[in-house]
Amino acid sequence: MSQATIDADAKPESLGVGADHPDYLRADSGLRSWLLTKDHKRIALMFYVGVILFLGLGGVFALVLRTELLTPEQTFIDANTYNQMFTLHGITMVWLFMIPAIPTVFGNFVLPIMLGAKDLAFPRINLASFYVYVLSAIILLGAMLAGGADTGWTFYVPYSTTSPTAVTWMGIGIFVNGISSIMTSVNFIVTTHTMRAKGMSWHRMPLFVWASYATSIIILFATPVLGMSLVLIALDHALGLTLFNPRYGGDPVLFQHLFWFYSHPAVYIMILPAFGVISEVVCSFSHNKPASYRAIAYSSLGIAFIGFFTWGHHMFVAGLSEFDAGVFGALSMFVGIFSAIKVFTWVATLRGGSISFATPMLYFLWFLFLFVFGGMTGVAVATQSLDVHWHDTYFVVAHFHFIMVGGTLTSFLAGAHYWFPKMFGRLYDERVGLLTSVAVFIGFVFTFLPQFLLGNGGMPRRYFTYPERYQWLNVLSTGGAWLLGAGLILALGNLLVALKWGKRAGPNPWGSRSFEWITASPPSKHNFEETPEIERSAYEYTLSEEVARERAKAR
Amino acid sequence: MSAQRLVEQFETLEKQDHAARLAMWMFLGSETLLFGALFASYGYYRGMYPSGFVQALHHNSVALGTTNTVVLITSSFTVALGVHFIRENKARLAAGLLALSTAFGAVFLVVKGFEYAHHIHENALPAGMYSFVDQPPAGVVLGYTLYWFMTALHGLHVIAGMIMLAVVAVLCWKGRYGTHRYVAVENVGLYWHLVDVVWIFLWPLFYLTD
Amino acid sequence: MNELLRRILFLPRQASTIAEEIDKLHYFVIIITMGGALLVTLIGGWFLFRYRRTAVQKDPSRRMPEATPAIWLEAVVVVGLFGMFILWWVIGFWQFMAIRVPPENALEIYVTGKQWMWKFAYPQGANSIATLYVPAGRPVKLILTSRDVIHSFFVPDFRLKQDVLPGRLTTLWFEAKEPGRHDILCTEYCGVSHSTMRGEVIALAPEEYERWLQGKSPAPAVAGPVDLRPSSVTDYAPPELVSMVRQGERAAAEHGCLRCHTLDGTPHLGPTWAGLYGTTIRLEDGGSVKVDEAYITESMMDPLARIHAGYQRIMPSYLGQIRPAETSAIIELMKSLRDVRPKPGAQAPWGTVTVPETREGGQ
Repeated sequence: MSQATIDADAKPESLGVGADHPDYLRADSGLRSWLLTKDHKRIALMFYVGVILFLGLGGVFALVLRTELLTPEQTFIDANTYNQMFTLHGITMVWLFMIPAIPTVFGNFVLPIMLGAKDLAFPRINLASFYVYVLSAIILLGAMLAGGADTGWTFYVPYSTTSPTAVTWMGIGIFVNGISSIMTSVNFIVTTHTMRAKGMSWHRMPLFVWASYATSIIILFATPVLGMSLVLIALDHALGLTLFNPRYGGDPVLFQHLFWFYSHPAVYIMILPAFGVISEVVCSFSHNKPASYRAIAYSSLGIAFIGFFTWGHHMFVAGLSEFDAGVFGALSMFVGIFSAIKVFTWVATLRGGSISFATPMLYFLWFLFLFVFGGMTGVAVATQSLDVHWHDTYFVVAHFHFIMVGGTLTSFLAGAHYWFPKMFGRLYDERVGLLTSVAVFIGFVFTFLPQFLLGNGGMPRRYFTYPERYQWLNVLSTGGAWLLGAGLILALGNLLVALKWGKRAGPNPWGSRSFEWITASPPSKHNFEETPEIERSAYEYTLSEEVARERAKAR
Repeated sequence: MSAQRLVEQFETLEKQDHAARLAMWMFLGSETLLFGALFASYGYYRGMYPSGFVQALHHNSVALGTTNTVVLITSSFTVALGVHFIRENKARLAAGLLALSTAFGAVFLVVKGFEYAHHIHENALPAGMYSFVDQPPAGVVLGYTLYWFMTALHGLHVIAGMIMLAVVAVLCWKGRYGTHRYVAVENVGLYWHLVDVVWIFLWPLFYLTD
Repeated sequence: MNELLRRILFLPRQASTIAEEIDKLHYFVIIITMGGALLVTLIGGWFLFRYRRTAVQKDPSRRMPEATPAIWLEAVVVVGLFGMFILWWVIGFWQFMAIRVPPENALEIYVTGKQWMWKFAYPQGANSIATLYVPAGRPVKLILTSRDVIHSFFVPDFRLKQDVLPGRLTTLWFEAKEPGRHDILCTEYCGVSHSTMRGEVIALAPEEYERWLQGKSPAPAVAGPVDLRPSSVTDYAPPELVSMVRQGERAAAEHGCLRCHTLDGTPHLGPTWAGLYGTTIRLEDGGSVKVDEAYITESMMDPLARIHAGYQRIMPSYLGQIRPAETSAIIELMKSLRDVRPKPGAQAPWGTVTVPETREGGQ
């Protein structure tokens, strides 16, 4: 098995680490050289540590929640703690893990290399983005310790403005987090526009760059709206300066509009980078060019655009007019179409390929099922009459976890395995990788499939206690959650072991044609010794290895 | 001189300058949406309470608002001139114009400060603290809260813009900028124009449409 | 078929006139969703198997790196899919309009949500808490508003839900097909006791509903947790003459007191009533007060005036909501509990929150 996964063409040559060109990990040493680095690769690794920590923290919150829900009445925590837990789970996972995860880790690491650049356009802004992220994490953690929040990650007024918890600081923390996101996305957009290597036309770029580009656009235009609404909430909570208080004629529904104007596109902020990872993984492991490069590239932009006009489907029962609901419902269907185009293109890419069945590819298979099912249920909840029943029930919880965990987290794992050799110059153990992938999938299905049924049965979300008839499905879901947690820990362990004991990887262990693989693994400090000249696209698998290398010169 | 400022990740100065300008435009786009959220709220509530808004805004002094508009537009003009002269390498003149723009910013803040002081004196305060009239009809308080939020946020941007203008004015004077290097001055100018444009929207919304 | 799918999908009963129709769209959508996901995965899996590298190396004819994908096929699938989405949208929107626009002759009932109870006011002047009585076979229009935060009125058996907003009126209409009882759940997170903000709709035969309006039968409060309750309305115990203490229990349950106060000394959101009467308690502002009739009455009518130290300022005022007879009955109940020893630690609020076993009824 493990032999089949390493491309026969790849020669186990030296790491490309000469005495005069040490790789980026060894280029400088000392804590200072890390903390003050301007190297996008090192910043990516620092983000990597951060997001993994918060994935762990959010995961612990999730397990506490699931364990509490084993019994219909109180199990081991009280209602107040439970409400805090689901709020903190949401905040941690959305802002400290899911939104930064793929862009700041893999995006930061591979995007400049894919473009043939030495670094991002603004390395200092990139480093600042990391520290702003850390600052936001500190504020949020501090707020968690000093009162927490029990509002749900949606901060709906007027509850959030009257809650006795540390809502003000949560709002500030998320605002600061948004600044970090905006810094990174400005950097990505400018880098993509100005730093493509010679010969790298827009249509030769790897698809991951397109996905990151589309994501950055959404972040740029949606985040400030969220920032403003949360500042209003924070001001209201701290000083009583309110725009949404019904006592003065304010309308709580306006807050929902502003919140979802960001938070619906935020879903695409979380899933589009995942699409980028999947596009790379599919092409690299099937040794095939994408069935339609433009379909994948442009559908990302399509999703980014249309995603700004669908927010109202979160509010069908919130007092929206029938006409608005109809328009938002119809627009939401288009997102389904763009996503469907992507899925069909990936599947068609497999056809006629030469597929090595490595761990990232297995994650892709899970992604295919989970994302298609999750996405189709998204179209289902955008169908108004059905949404009336499903809204704010576990059906919705299951739906977005299928997209966020089944889509984004599996892609994150696929990317973590796929780029592992590039980032650290070593290979992970393929058998353990496949095994953990299976565990993650089974755990996931057991966790979230029952939640669809719970939602059908009418169990509302954010319920500390529930009618007894829902219990057996909750028990299944909790069991699945523990398995999922174990699978994730195993996957992490596998990669950590490989960090030290993994076999040395060559520059291009997967035989990929994408441009990050033309440099050494791990890359040297400046990625390339000389600026590459690109004469082919990122997916020329019809060319022989030698010709392909010739047409994307580097070093 | 010019070769020195090329940072290592760029191949040419043109690309580097292009990157800086593009980044500024992206940032301004983002800023627009920050205000966009408040403008959207304004539209939403004004649609809900047209007469309440009129009543709330009637209280504002058109004269002061218009003075401030003139001040800001003039300052934008002097900034534009400053950018023009730095391109022509007239650094001292540019520095003077930028300093003058900073001063206009200060004038704007002083006038705004007088207005705020007047509002505070009359208890025309945001939200729950509004007691200019007893039992204000629905919408009046909202209109006034929005007025405070939006002008205060704009005021913060004026202060940020003034700091940037002052910094580039000093650096122009010291000869750091000139024909060989003026993107930073342009970017600060762009930012100041955004501050100006936002006010040009705030002015009719809060002073002219009562 | 309907019944089989309903059970497989864990859907509750179809108790309103529109429920079955909505469920049919549900089956259609879910079957296509599941089928589509499986189909895509199977095709993907088949490709993964067929074009695996070991097989392709043995049989190079399988490799088709130059193959142009069948764009027309993709176009057909995408257009077909879009057509289906639009079909769902058309049906969904049509049903949505049916849900949203109440018939002319609907009976109007006012609903108020507050932390954490539902209150229903009927046009004839009657009102009830937590339990909504409606006539079966007749359209009922609910006019909903909230006193504090956003709640959401959800009856799974009816497939209906509507957010309940402060400062706004929203409406919801339904027609119960036949007499029966159905859960009301709050589905918009509203605070610490969100998950116990439940209630029930009792659909009565029209003549029984008329009788209920006149205050005759059935009993306003019913014992037992929802899952264990009798399934038909006729199983109700007839009204009986009861002691003051019993009446107090009933009133306390009906007005939602037991959502926060316990009778057995278990710690909860409000001070437990066990052993409370006659003691002297510390107040939030530092003073102390003896718990007597005057203080209890004041706490019901103006709860925030003098707060028991250590408890949240969450109790709503019952001024104008609770009848004087009920007030005295509740005081009698508290007197009867004066010798019940609170459990250890019960005086510390927020220790552990338990939900009282009975939500509406007395013991």
